[in-house]
Amino acid sequence: MELISILGSTIRTAVPLVFASLGGIYSERSGVVNIALEGMMLAGAFTAAAVTAKLHNPWLGVLAAALAGILVALVHAVACINLKANQVVIGTAINIMFVAVPGLLSGALFDSTGSTPQLAREETLATPLVYAAFLAVPLSWYLLFKTPFGLRLRASGEKPEAADTAGVSVTAMRYYGVLASGLLAGLGGAYLSIGQNSLFTRNMTAGRGFIALAAVILGNWHPLKTLAACLLFGFAEAVSIRMQGVSSIPNQFIQIIPYVLTMVVLSGFVGRVSPPKALGQPYIKERR
Amino acid sequence: MSKLQNVFFPLLAVVAAFIVGAIVIAAVGDDPLFVYGLFFSSVFGTIDGLSYTLFYATPLIFTGLAVALAFHCGLLNIGAEGQLQVAAFVCAWIGFTFNLPGLLLVPMCMLGAVLAGAIWAGIPGLLKARFGSHEVINTIMMNFIAAGITSYLTQYFYREPGDPILQTKHIYEQAHIARIAKLLSPLGVDLPQRLPLNLSLLIALAAAGGTYFFLWHTRWGYDLRAVGANPAAAQYGGVNVARNIVLAMCISGALAGMVAIGEVQGYRYRYYEGFSAGYGFTGIAVALLGRNHPLGIVLAALLFGALQRAGLFIDIFTDRVSKDLTVILQATIILFVGCEELFRQLKRRWAKPA
Repeated sequence: MELISILGSTIRTAVPLVFASLGGIYSERSGVVNIALEGMMLAGAFTAAAVTAKLHNPWLGVLAAALAGILVALVHAVACINLKANQVVIGTAINIMFVAVPGLLSGALFDSTGSTPQLAREETLATPLVYAAFLAVPLSWYLLFKTPFGLRLRASGEKPEAADTAGVSVTAMRYYGVLASGLLAGLGGAYLSIGQNSLFTRNMTAGRGFIALAAVILGNWHPLKTLAACLLFGFAEAVSIRMQGVSSIPNQFIQIIPYVLTMVVLSGFVGRVSPPKALGQPYIKERR
Repeated sequence: MSKLQNVFFPLLAVVAAFIVGAIVIAAVGDDPLFVYGLFFSSVFGTIDGLSYTLFYATPLIFTGLAVALAFHCGLLNIGAEGQLQVAAFVCAWIGFTFNLPGLLLVPMCMLGAVLAGAIWAGIPGLLKARFGSHEVINTIMMNFIAAGITSYLTQYFYREPGDPILQTKHIYEQAHIARIAKLLSPLGVDLPQRLPLNLSLLIALAAAGGTYFFLWHTRWGYDLRAVGANPAAAQYGGVNVARNIVLAMCISGALAGMVAIGEVQGYRYRYYEGFSAGYGFTGIAVALLGRNHPLGIVLAALLFGALQRAGLFIDIFTDRVSKDLTVILQATIILFVGCEELFRQLKRRWAKPA
């Protein structure tokens, strides 16, 4: 019984990570660093809860969250792809921005200082999002590795010059990658606020965007391996919640596991990571 | 790039951000002029306002310098937040553990803070130099690890029994540094003693001067910037790239660690979880806006300090906007400074008649 309930909560805690890290894969495979997953998740989480609270329809909430994620991603895309801005800097700005934006909007919409009203139970929407997350993994794998579109997207992140020469629009591919990351991270946020919980609270992602990023690295930018990393992190969180107060292992130690693991793997102590080769480099088309 | 542009583009970014902010204020149903008026009166109106602005600017000078110094070596230190957290904890730990005379304890606390920050930043530096693993990811990860470890130590070992707040016990009184009000009172300047502005402001200004001297007037600074400009060429010219990466990260972390001096020894007199209002991240904005130049950083830190001061008043005296507005302004400034290319393109379009 104990084990089954831990497995159940592992899957539930993994869902937002799965969404966001798939988003991270699309963006980074196309060549654009995305440390803004956290901000995009927050945007999605707040929008989902706010729209559902106003319209009483969680499906519309989810839809709005996806759109909000895409909108935030659009800012990242314009700045990083067209204006060739530093991708880490823009990501940081977005993360800072979306800790504050929900606070301001919740004041205007609900007269509160950062949270949305509590939703009724029937206004939340967990199960369909769980299925969607786990379906999105094989779909993404197929899309990225078995279709011409996936090949073009990956080529834009590995060798943009070659892709360009072959007639691929690197700009378009990177836009697809970044916007997909916004959509997915937005859905991950929606699951947090109107799936797992029934309201938005200030900074409710609590670093999940960065854990998702860690999962992308541990999973070597591959959807299936990244899923495994997400499940591992979900399991750690599930165990840490279960053991709160009963075990002698402090919670903080379980919480830092993903971060330590990422550093260990990234430094090549265990396994080998191979990020997309052109990751983080703006593509400047040569003039003819 | 010309000197004029170095001033012009950041100013343009700030103005653009305030325009966006005005639109946001109007959109949520407040009066932009009233809110910005409040901003100026809360900062410039009183001694309190100016003093708090300087107080809030102090940690940002440190973190801005930290980010800028690493940047001159081609590194992005996103981990100043974790570095200053570890430093603050170590600073407090020394302060409440050793009951020594102030002449010893004050510098010991400062040294502890600086070393802790340097070590915490040195680890990702070493990993980058030795294994080529990216400092951005590693410093992000170490922010969370720092939060976990300091929270663990505070919660399980150094909390006052029965204290519901995650904070350590107080440091010994000998470890305190002087508040500015106290420093100025022998000179006949009478400031309220409650103002938290302390000696660390002067340390921050000295650090800015020191950073300037180090980067542009020493051999070490020259090598460091050479690595940042072109690592391959620097290596070919006989500069040890790996060593400079570690060195840059260590100094960067040391600068971030100095935040602890003002916050622990000058203000709270203990380690308090959540003492940092994102100083490490705002430092990125400060460095960018200040063009990674110490003078620019001091000016940018003053602006962001003023924003933080004004945030409290905006919270209290407006109907709808909250202090979140000031955070949104900060983020918008980073966006605009980051997207300088936008202004460049606009300028080009204006320059030639259509």
